[in-house]
Amino acid sequence: MTVRVENLKIAYRTLAGDVCPVDDVSFSVGDGEIMGLAGESGCGKSTLGTSLIRLETRMAVLGGKVELDGVELPIDDDRAMRRYRMKEISLVPQYAMSALNPTRKIRRLAADLLRCHGVGYGEIADELRRRLDLVGLDAGVLDRYPFELSGGMRQRVTLVLSTLLNPSLLIADEVTSALDVSTQRAVGELMMEFRDRRFVKSMIAITHDLSILAQIADSILVMYAGRLAEKAGSDTIVNSPLHPYTQLLLASLPAVGVRHDDTTLVGIPGRPPPLSNPPAGCRFADRCPFAYARCKEQPPFTEVRPGHQVACWKVAEEVQAA
Amino acid sequence: MSTLQIEQVSKLYRTSGLAGGVTRALREVSFDIDQGEVVTLIGESGSGKTTLGKIVLRLITASSGKVVFQGADIAGFGRAELREYYRYVQGIFQDPFSSYNPIYKADRVFEMLRDVYFPRVPQRAWEAKIDSALEAVTLNPGDVRNRYPHQLSGGQLQRLLIARALLLDVKLLIADEVISMLDASTRVDILNLLVSLKRAGLAILFITHDLSLGNYVSDRTVILRRGAIAEMGPTPAVFGNPQHSYTKALLDAVPQLHKKWHSPGAVRDVSAATRRPGRSVGPVALAPPALTECEPGHLVAVEE
Repeated sequence: MTVRVENLKIAYRTLAGDVCPVDDVSFSVGDGEIMGLAGESGCGKSTLGTSLIRLETRMAVLGGKVELDGVELPIDDDRAMRRYRMKEISLVPQYAMSALNPTRKIRRLAADLLRCHGVGYGEIADELRRRLDLVGLDAGVLDRYPFELSGGMRQRVTLVLSTLLNPSLLIADEVTSALDVSTQRAVGELMMEFRDRRFVKSMIAITHDLSILAQIADSILVMYAGRLAEKAGSDTIVNSPLHPYTQLLLASLPAVGVRHDDTTLVGIPGRPPPLSNPPAGCRFADRCPFAYARCKEQPPFTEVRPGHQVACWKVAEEVQAA
Repeated sequence: MSTLQIEQVSKLYRTSGLAGGVTRALREVSFDIDQGEVVTLIGESGSGKTTLGKIVLRLITASSGKVVFQGADIAGFGRAELREYYRYVQGIFQDPFSSYNPIYKADRVFEMLRDVYFPRVPQRAWEAKIDSALEAVTLNPGDVRNRYPHQLSGGQLQRLLIARALLLDVKLLIADEVISMLDASTRVDILNLLVSLKRAGLAILFITHDLSLGNYVSDRTVILRRGAIAEMGPTPAVFGNPQHSYTKALLDAVPQLHKKWHSPGAVRDVSAATRRPGRSVGPVALAPPALTECEPGHLVAVEE
């Protein structure tokens, strides 16, 4: 197991009290695995991703631990985390398009970044050029400013820079969301290629787009309102999801070929509950068409089939009855 | 007669700086939109789709060609005529959060409309009008009135803008990437809303880069590539029987739930994936590629 997260609880301290976008979350990502992390906005996906690298110092770790390759990460200590960033764990941020410093040419940016982590630019320049070549960029981009590159090119540069030191874990936050379909496909395939070439050992791909995850991810973890809803292999999630939330999310996606005249898709009514004051029990109960009395209690996140974990009373009962 | 006719519209942007030159954002684009019809305009970044939407809304003017709304060329509109034009034609844009002024309450957009278009409507009738418009977009007035934009979700804000358009006698709605910032779970509801408005007789120009969404709502599809029409026709024909290599490449790249980009075990050709079908090298010719009709109503451009 490359990454093991146990009972992680992250809070933002506000004047109105703690807001917990990650509440008692446990999962693991294996060696060579791309895990997709899906859910609506405001479900805690990005907080979970950034908490693993401690990008936001306003986050308070209220409990739990994170292990990477058997070593516990000091995710509550900003300074101690420096040692691990980029070398062991790296992040492509949500707005990778604007993640590059606009006043630096790419070469200078890369050199600065490497120096911060104690690596000389000269040692790695050849490898950098090889990797740029791999993603279809010629070495000329090194002498350009970020504004001279298109969105897809910037996204690829960010991907190359953040994986340059072969980190064990890459967290990719919405890397394909702002891109055109063809660029989306190119970036998605590059992520798989990077994994296959062992530039990164494992990857967490955060997105609200399940159809991208169906393409690139090995397993998918669905989050709802700060808690885990369902985790399974990506084929299982796409073809036979068990949690009502996953089912509704999938049902709201129009596939190519589905026309309004033939099939009317439906969205999920309502929106995720406010995390400052989440409801007791199952947090999806208010929007769930199958909610019943027992949903007043919090359902445990249990394995109902091998490799398939769900937090839902109804599913647990049905599986037990079968 | 069509509600909107776009005739041979071109737009050139002069690019400043050392490399100074001309960007051909649109090249002689022509198509019509009828009453009760959704036309989807699909293109990648830089294809000119937003430019066309802005030209129809007269936020910018075309370099050549004309846009005819109900028989009148919109280029000739003066101040008063333009005000009347906006009574019938409204636009909604991508980012709902930047469409509103964050320091005012969201429903102030209705009051601004009232000052311009309905100064003599009494308060009670006005309230009733707003309530019926909100009902048409399935919003509960209690949830959205008297709130600031940050208190509302993206889907609610977009619906408020649609409700605002409905207060007018809107005949044509320009929806530019209205759902790309929304969650998948609310996207479909907005799309269904657009379809119900279409059934009520509205003409909609739906601008998007997402092919599956375009396919879901539209009656006709126009695919733009480098400012010119690559393919257009009835949506089932364009999606079911694509002729242009660009359309095929776009359709191939769409991530689908049940169909992988690659069969397992096949070797990935990364260099092919990073080649953008939209951005072939070389300058863009001034003249658009010629269109030929391959089946009734289905036009395809010759490959550039």
